[in-house]
Amino acid sequence: MNGESRRIIAGPFNRVEGDLEIRLDIDGGKVTRAEANSPLFRGFERILEGKDPRDAMTIVPRICGICSVSQSVAVARTLAAASGVRPPPNGELAQAVIHAAENIADHLTHFHVFFMADFARPVYEGRIWHEAAVRHFKAERGEAVKAAIQARAELLHIMGLLAGKWPHTLSVQPGGTTRAPDARDRIRLLAIVRRFRQWLEQNLFGDSLDNVAALGSLGDLDVWHRAGDAGFLRLFLTIADDLGLAEMGKGPPRFMSFGAYPRDGAHLLAPGIVEEGRRRPLDTAAITEDLSHSWMLGDTAHPSRGLTVPDEEMAAGYSWCKAPRLSGQTMEVGALARLVVEGRPLAPALLMGGRGNVRARVVARLVEIAISTLALEEWIRAMVPGEPFITPFELPDTVEAEGLTEAARGSLGHWLRIEKGRIASYQIIAPTTWNFSPRDQSGQPGPVEEALMGAPVLPGETTPVSVQHVVRSFDPCMVCTVH
Amino acid sequence: MTRRKTTLLWLQSAGCGGCTMSMMCAEAPGLFDTFNNFGIDLLWHPTLSEASADEVTGLLADIVEGRRSLDILCFEGSVVRGPNGSGRYHMLAGTGRPMLDWVRLLASRARHTVAIGTCAAYGGITSAGSNPADACGLQYDGDLEGGALGASFRSNAGLPVINVAGCPTHPGWVLETLMMLAEDGLGPADLDRFGRPRFFADHLVHHGCSRNEFYEFKASAEQLSELGCMMEHLGCLGTQAHADCNTRPWNGSGSCTSGGYPCINCTAPEFEEPGRSFTETPKFGGVPIGLPTDMPKAWFIALASLSKAATPNRLRVNARADRIVQPPAVKDTTRR
Repeated sequence: MNGESRRIIAGPFNRVEGDLEIRLDIDGGKVTRAEANSPLFRGFERILEGKDPRDAMTIVPRICGICSVSQSVAVARTLAAASGVRPPPNGELAQAVIHAAENIADHLTHFHVFFMADFARPVYEGRIWHEAAVRHFKAERGEAVKAAIQARAELLHIMGLLAGKWPHTLSVQPGGTTRAPDARDRIRLLAIVRRFRQWLEQNLFGDSLDNVAALGSLGDLDVWHRAGDAGFLRLFLTIADDLGLAEMGKGPPRFMSFGAYPRDGAHLLAPGIVEEGRRRPLDTAAITEDLSHSWMLGDTAHPSRGLTVPDEEMAAGYSWCKAPRLSGQTMEVGALARLVVEGRPLAPALLMGGRGNVRARVVARLVEIAISTLALEEWIRAMVPGEPFITPFELPDTVEAEGLTEAARGSLGHWLRIEKGRIASYQIIAPTTWNFSPRDQSGQPGPVEEALMGAPVLPGETTPVSVQHVVRSFDPCMVCTVH
Repeated sequence: MTRRKTTLLWLQSAGCGGCTMSMMCAEAPGLFDTFNNFGIDLLWHPTLSEASADEVTGLLADIVEGRRSLDILCFEGSVVRGPNGSGRYHMLAGTGRPMLDWVRLLASRARHTVAIGTCAAYGGITSAGSNPADACGLQYDGDLEGGALGASFRSNAGLPVINVAGCPTHPGWVLETLMMLAEDGLGPADLDRFGRPRFFADHLVHHGCSRNEFYEFKASAEQLSELGCMMEHLGCLGTQAHADCNTRPWNGSGSCTSGGYPCINCTAPEFEEPGRSFTETPKFGGVPIGLPTDMPKAWFIALASLSKAATPNRLRVNARADRIVQPPAVKDTTRR
């Protein structure tokens, strides 16, 4: 039974954002080949053609309801680059606060609602941690699920104060933000962040954010894990040890970040590349999108020259997703990549043979929650009510521009060409386009396809639980992937 | 007394998932307590449920073949008909079948069909521009009746598709609709002419707008972030948009207009194609095009010019600032 050779088409693959289908070849109790299919095409890049470039501020965030602000930030950076405007210091701070609030909320949703629910499945009955997993993380009913959704809703009160609403705000603009908080708003923002911090420390970490952010090595993490049993991070570490999640879902040994939260010309988390443990600067000129296994027509091209022409016959290929590559190579992006590129000491230690894995991705996301919640408080304190939050901007009639940012799930880039005052081309590469890309012309699988190789399959499993852990460890956002 | 459970199936197609993300911001009570307290049995939701893949396709087959009853079908995102009417721009994962087919099958089984968000209701942002995926709503294609289910569609409860429009929807609009369906039901008279529940669609975004005093005196903002009324220059459609955004807060205390940017009338069919930039008011001979709802044009122009002449300096100054520069005068109570 266990040695059988079979093919599974797994879908609808849920607790990811959007629809996903994974095709698996299984042999000898292991996945031998995986294909990730992004089954939805909407065509945002084509929708934008011919429009007033300012309208991208309204249309593009609506690509995604979970990374909406990240899309807004990327449009704002693109139009800022096109116009030459720079936000005033308050504007940079308010953009960072709005953006980090979304990214933190997304990480929180991923861990509590999307990812942990699989450990409450009956397949794990009898494991020492299973009862705790059911109590806290059973889908729809777990105590931690409910508590985290409430904590998220209260954290997003930041949006009510600074961004009007979430998702889909117009407050994030090329020159800053549209709502200038007064002293009352600023103190209320601090109240929201401190309350949220308290929730994290009591529930997710069972320790102070400073201590979590300071974890520097696997040894540190191990000592911290054994020092108590408070906090869901410790529960996850127990599960990860028991199931060997550090050995599961190994991606490519290459990581990329476009840099998160710029302020005064520096980033909280720096841009760059780490390849086989070696660091080098980011060069976006080396990015191409390969269409050989996509239902898309056209040649491999840099996104500034890229096209989006769907193959209506769906003749060759297996996904609407294009295959972005940097110098012809796949890149893993996301919170883990950001911390690896930034050189936070814990992140490289979490890699196995230089590769990301299920444990590393999840721990990195939670550590990033700690780091960015600490930064939220610092940014809010640095705001100066009474000083400007926005600078007006003018767009030239003809220009090309690039806008880069880091969404919760990784590197997000926009490439715009304006001709005669109208959008002539708008190309977008989203984080999950990188992580869930199909194969390219050299046959190189995308990161999740590579990570699924060797995933163990239990006898009789129709949607192997290990596959679910690996896929969800990337926190895919399928609506962004194809857009 | 144990009430009969109300079964709910939620599907997502050509949208952004933002209406679900917004719904998860429900507070006091939160999302799951709301479902629980109103006997709503969530059969499956792509974001929230444990079941994946074959566990889900089995459920869908059970509903289609009548082995399980379905009270409410919620559908989020537009329906894509492309390429060439095949619906293959969204084949529901694991089924090899277009979502276009699935929604028709499931809507014929459900007691009620609810469109969640403007995409599902009318096509929305996915149908903007050249509409490359040939997206439409469940029962509308823009402001024309039709769409994926057709103009004559009536649910098993005898209603057209209930259009909880909005981009995104407010968590209250969605959950109050579901609570009403579970508790008392909704009738044709509870929906407006575009199928929107009247409890939120009978209001205008203008109602309760924090910029009302600026509107009264036509003291206008000229740049985003300024405090003045955004109707004259910045494209604000709050006086025409059917929703209660300024009488029930978003994310604790917010709304678009309080966030410093204009209302884009996102609960309306074809809001995605305003025929101008979203943040600019078109003018004819210097006079803004577009009147507040139910306002006779001649009176509006007369009142606007009168109130513009009467604008207090405080409003004139504050309208062009991003914060209160001149506070309201404090009445001197020592002099009577």
